Amino acid sequence: MKLKFPAIVAAATMLAAPAMADLVVPNMSYRTGPYAANGIPYADGFSDYFTLLNERDGGIGGQIVQVPECETAYNTEKGIECYEALKSQNPLVLNPLSTGITYQLIPKIGVDGISLYTPGYGRTSAKDGTVFEWVFNAPANYWDGASVAVKHILDQEGGDLSGKKIALVYHNSAYGKEPIRTLQELSEKHGFDLMELPVDAPGQEQKSQWLQIRREKPDYVIMYAWGVMNQVAIQEAVNVRFPMDHFIGIWWSGSENDVKPAGAGADGYKSLTFHGVGQDYPLYADMKQYVHDAGKASGAGDQMGNVLYSRGAYAALVIAEAIAKAQELAGTAEINAAQMRDGFEGLDITAERMVELGLPDFGAPIKLSCENHGGDGLGRIQQWDATAGQWNLITDFIEPDAEILDALVKEDSQAYAAEAGLTPRCN
Amino acid sequence: MLYREAGDFKTSYRDDSQTFPIKLERWGYYAVVAVAFGIVPFVINDYWASAVLVPFLIYAIAAIGLNVLTGYAGQVSLGTGGFMAVGAYAVYKLMTAFPDVSLLIHVVLAGAITAVVGVLFGLPSLRIKGFYLAVATLAAQFFLVWLFNKVPWFYNYSASGQITAPTRTFMEQAISGPAASASAKYLVCLVFAFLVAWMARNLTRGSIGRRWMAIRDMDIAAEIIGVNPLTAKLSAFAVSSFFIGIAGALLFSVYLGAAEVGEAFGINKSFLVLFMIIIGGLGSIFGSFAGAAFLVLLPVLLKNLLVGNLGWPTDLAAHIELMIVGALIVTFLIVEPHGLARLWSLTKEKLRLWPFPH
Repeated sequence: MKLKFPAIVAAATMLAAPAMADLVVPNMSYRTGPYAANGIPYADGFSDYFTLLNERDGGIGGQIVQVPECETAYNTEKGIECYEALKSQNPLVLNPLSTGITYQLIPKIGVDGISLYTPGYGRTSAKDGTVFEWVFNAPANYWDGASVAVKHILDQEGGDLSGKKIALVYHNSAYGKEPIRTLQELSEKHGFDLMELPVDAPGQEQKSQWLQIRREKPDYVIMYAWGVMNQVAIQEAVNVRFPMDHFIGIWWSGSENDVKPAGAGADGYKSLTFHGVGQDYPLYADMKQYVHDAGKASGAGDQMGNVLYSRGAYAALVIAEAIAKAQELAGTAEINAAQMRDGFEGLDITAERMVELGLPDFGAPIKLSCENHGGDGLGRIQQWDATAGQWNLITDFIEPDAEILDALVKEDSQAYAAEAGLTPRCN
Repeated sequence: MLYREAGDFKTSYRDDSQTFPIKLERWGYYAVVAVAFGIVPFVINDYWASAVLVPFLIYAIAAIGLNVLTGYAGQVSLGTGGFMAVGAYAVYKLMTAFPDVSLLIHVVLAGAITAVVGVLFGLPSLRIKGFYLAVATLAAQFFLVWLFNKVPWFYNYSASGQITAPTRTFMEQAISGPAASASAKYLVCLVFAFLVAWMARNLTRGSIGRRWMAIRDMDIAAEIIGVNPLTAKLSAFAVSSFFIGIAGALLFSVYLGAAEVGEAFGINKSFLVLFMIIIGGLGSIFGSFAGAAFLVLLPVLLKNLLVGNLGWPTDLAAHIELMIVGALIVTFLIVEPHGLARLWSLTKEKLRLWPFPH
């Protein structure tokens, strides 16, 4: 019996790997589990963008992009299984959409030579390319997000936060804990009090945290939540009558799925974003024509244009641009994983290029280098309009507080380099 | 016909009470051990190690640990995940504090630390039993997870609360960290699984194991015939936690490489290991392996079949997989409430009589 199982698994895995073209960009998705509501639109957007490139342009540089999907359920053990299964297909880059899985993969990908692209999530200090050779987290990271949120609050309060109280409601995991250090530094700089309220995963139970908020009356609440925790938090905020325009979520807490369950109560809720919202971009016409109307959409095909779908498509867009850059640098369309990494480091997406791609003013320009793997970290604020049922951008791109962040990034990446015994590169 | 006792004569008590008294079975066991140690390490690849065999062996160790406590000593525990976390954080602190000492020694020490913690949380078992004890161990689970989240000393003050296993070597071979080869990881886990199974088997058939079983079957009767419940129950907690601590240490250092306590060692882990021993068979070493195999290998097998071979969408496959595994668990428990181990021994019973059942 014990011998039989491995034999069957062996047979299954032998047959499992279909013949792949040269450009393999896996989609490590989660369409099941407590984070599925957010995982599905992202995965659909990611796959659909590559389908669009394949259908409309015949791939990138004449090479079709294969997007094999692997279900992680946001679970680190399944993430490892997916990584090992995908590794044999020679992927160019991985985008696991989970900070926990990212932390696990960072040491491994360095050894295996596969790039990791973690837009808006993952390990913040991976921005430091001198230490994290294979990891890219442009256009923005968690610490940028925290800083942009505080800057927005500064704008609201006329530039003075002394004596104000800001609460951080966070997912009690690597992801939620990421901004704490930054917010502590910022609270010293601007003189506000920081209140930390952890919520255990998956986050259905947060009554006590919100009762504490009702009692202590913080002036603002910043939230780092994901999956089911988002919907519950917004509903609880409505229940304790917290003013919604003083409630700011990170970009992972600002999709339609998160606000709709709270109905009209969620009106005025704000969240960060690092890209535009809605479907008023020329790209979506192509997306509709070549992908959705042609019946080639990923998943149920009903997610087009929502926030996380756009974010998945944006991640795919940055990867596609990096592939194109890598092809240009390598002088061949059939690039390998190492050339892909060079493509990321040479990445330069200008505002004009975004117009060409059919997404004018959608994302901030991204320019990466050997040292800078994280871009400029610009973010903007969007606000939910419950009557119209849509997100509206209410600010332009805001720059994070580089003075504080650069020092923190340096400190954390140096600590990692010392722990892992790495010598800085890019000299 | 092939599987029989006839002609297999024993001439000493030692022979008569060995673990595998039937010749064919004994040879089968030797063959499995020889293949596991002598052949698999040479043919194993990364996928097989990281997705199939390493988790299987680690969960088997955890299941043996829980089986000692629940299956042999009759003390229900829902604190397995918490005790595994103790093992993981202990090995992390030891690895980073004493980088020159071998990881293998650290893993054993982590087991010992977990044993101490286990005895501490086992103290309520002297007053309460059954479901009430389960609730007390559940408190251990939540308390330990909370502790490792709350006190930054345990994760060396890292920004995100993640612990990451540094590379450690044994005889020039990396056994933890990203550079560890598939066969190195597999062999480390196999050696520990083999030793743990061997120890557990010999403890449970000796006087200590008999005391545990006496307590399990009827604690008052056991006390009357001279079994000290204090030492019997606490030794069961100590031995069980020792094994579970080793499993947790290996899970973090060799298998995952990085972990955060809420995700890797939450209440789900406690239930998973409990299901393993219920499906595998309470009070059976083979059952621990069978239960671990069932719950670790089956999902991977189904995923590869449904997504890889049949090309189903990943979400549909993941949902169907949950339903199939759930249905199989229910079916198994209806057909054979004593688990896979009992099913296996019934099969052997039938094979002995085959082809002439009377």
